[in-house]
Amino acid sequence: MNIGVLVKPVPDPEQYNSITIDPETKRLNRSGVPTIVNPSDKCAVEAALKLKEKFGGKIVIFTMAPPDGREKLMEVLAMGADEAVLVSDREFGGADTLATSYTLVKAVEKKSAESESFDLILSGNESADGATGHVPAQVGEMLGFNHLSAIVQIVAEGEGRPDSLTVFQKIENGKNEFEIKLPAVIGVTRDINKPRYTSAMGVIKAKKKPFDTYDCEALSPDKSRIGIEGSPTKAGAIFTPDTGRKSEELSGSPEEIAEELVKRIKAIGVTINSGGGCRE
Amino acid sequence: MVDFTFTEDQEMLRAAFREFIEAEIAPHAAKWDADDYCPVELWPKMGEVGMLGIFVPEELGGAGLGHIERVMVIEEIARHSAGLAIAVFTHHLCMGAILDGASEDQKKKYMPSLCDGSKICGLAVTEPGGGSDYMGQKTTGVKDGEGWIVNGRKCFITNGGPADITVCTAVTGQDDRGRNQLSCFIFEKEDEGFGPGRKEHKMGLRGSWTGDVIMDEVRLSADRLMGAEGKGAGVGMKAIGEIGRASMSAIACGIIRGCIEESVKFANERVLYGKPISKIQAIQFHIAEMRMWYEASRLLTYRAASLKDKGQPAITEFAMAKGFSVDMSVKASQNAIELMGGYGVMNEYPVERFHRDALASISSGGTTEIQKLIIAGDTLRAFTA
Ligand SMILES: Cc1cc2nc3c(=O)[nH]c(=O)nc-3n(C[C@H](O)[C@H](O)[C@H](O)COP(=O)(O)OP(=O)(O)OC[C@H]3O[C@@H](n4cnc5c(N)ncnc54)[C@H](O)[C@@H]3O)c2cc1C
Repeated sequence: MNIGVLVKPVPDPEQYNSITIDPETKRLNRSGVPTIVNPSDKCAVEAALKLKEKFGGKIVIFTMAPPDGREKLMEVLAMGADEAVLVSDREFGGADTLATSYTLVKAVEKKSAESESFDLILSGNESADGATGHVPAQVGEMLGFNHLSAIVQIVAEGEGRPDSLTVFQKIENGKNEFEIKLPAVIGVTRDINKPRYTSAMGVIKAKKKPFDTYDCEALSPDKSRIGIEGSPTKAGAIFTPDTGRKSEELSGSPEEIAEELVKRIKAIGVTINSGGGCRE
Repeated sequence: MVDFTFTEDQEMLRAAFREFIEAEIAPHAAKWDADDYCPVELWPKMGEVGMLGIFVPEELGGAGLGHIERVMVIEEIARHSAGLAIAVFTHHLCMGAILDGASEDQKKKYMPSLCDGSKICGLAVTEPGGGSDYMGQKTTGVKDGEGWIVNGRKCFITNGGPADITVCTAVTGQDDRGRNQLSCFIFEKEDEGFGPGRKEHKMGLRGSWTGDVIMDEVRLSADRLMGAEGKGAGVGMKAIGEIGRASMSAIACGIIRGCIEESVKFANERVLYGKPISKIQAIQFHIAEMRMWYEASRLLTYRAASLKDKGQPAITEFAMAKGFSVDMSVKASQNAIELMGGYGVMNEYPVERFHRDALASISSGGTTEIQKLIIAGDTLRAFTA
């Protein structure tokens, strides 16, 4: 079973409070915030590893990222994936989810043409930073594969390469059960599994695994569908909400301040019931 | 030129171990300390991620890496639990002695299960008669046909309780000048007459089992003698001098880093006079000192480990690293306590634990005086004009 997994480096969600938004460019300023592999993408990798343990085959991971995305791909190779593809070019920059999906699909198609085709493409349901959840469905449509999102369980039964998988999708008050014919694209949530820890042996092996970098030329995409040009989404008004509290300073003698405070408290409808000692 | 950077693989390893440690160790460290509980159930998990056999050749079940990586594991564990760190390094210590002194058959028999964590091990040399007087041991090994009969008591032995396999030294004879000759023996938990004695209650490094190991008329077959008869002193000493001291240095580095991280967090959050105390210069000085001690300790520690990886002698370097960094961990944890005021001694913050751990690290792997004797001996030889 050949599985492609789409992974994305994202700023560590635990440190989101250090991310600011530039009001001019409307871009996120993430300097100083460490990058991690998107948490639900790691679950997708784990799901792929489990399927591979059962059915054999290989796992190829794809990421569209700047060149330093290599580091995160190495991490996933160390977890146990077999091959990695870094899709990276300045021309891909500024892509929204549609352009990203298109670019990733081009990479998946190129890899399929070079070796074997994929039975399954897995990805996290959504990225921790963008959280649109668009990519799995868009990739599925563009590849012409069946696709499902919000999957919390994959049941892999029988021996040999399966024609379909039984999967469970999370809905508000329960689960939907589906049988999905392969090839398919599946977006998984973090409920699906607990990703394994990376072992020292995995780290050692990672370096020796095949690693490809696809730039724009390698993919020869329709240029109107990549990067900023290929992105119909334009960020509108974007701002950091003011979470500070309203404050006001009262001045005067302590008695005057106390009078004023009592007046204001009463004005907002609070009744002061004192057991005694408090002047009306 | 000297290069002080870790390789990309080493950084990846550190990140991978950190993820494991933050999930499996950090959340429980305070409880293990309070209960003085050694989490033996973690051994198979640590084995799986390669922490136990990190420096062991692949053909024996290890990851085939070196001592820099091994020291890294210990530093990362000690950042959260110095108690567990000493238990893990003692496992390494015994494995190191086996790698160094055992026959191929013995290595094949014992190493794989020690790498995968299905078994726990320890190294017992210290006796009630004084750990510093290494050659004055009283435990005896007497020939009994093809095999041996061993009698004695070891004390302060880490993993003495939970260990499945323990390597012990015993006196098996004297040389022509009447000096003791030691041999190493491999004991298995099931051996009759062999087993743990009393467990000590330590002020620090809790969460590791420390106590007596008793050998009462233990009969061992010939294949339990590890290395040549009478040549065990060197095997034990090498393991302690290199793996033991490197690890105590790494524990100290982990403690100091923990102190810095906790102090920075506290200083940024604690507001006095309307601003965080991190703005107060005296507080910054506490932090700056800790940082200097950390960097210096780390340099000594990793440099010694890198010499060992290159196959160069590093006994003096490890002694310097151990003596210095343990001293600095005591100072750093005191700094952290001072910086936090009353909170520093409350057990809801970990720094009081770090201080107890630092103090408890002084004698393990040889006291500071013993390190100084080693350093002085080398210096008096090497620095003669
Ligand atoms: C937490 C912990 C874990 C340990 N784990 C193990 C273990 O797993 N296996 C093991 O075998 N041992 C272990 N030990 C024992 C440790 O190695 C000894 O504590 C150490 O060697 C010192 O021996 P001692 O405690 O008997 O002190 P002593 O040797 O009695 O020393 C007492 C004092 O005399 C000083 N002194 C001794 N000789 C000299 C000298 N020549 N010059 C100057 N000063 C001197 C010492 O520095 C010290 O201040 C552990 C100890 C601790 C605290």
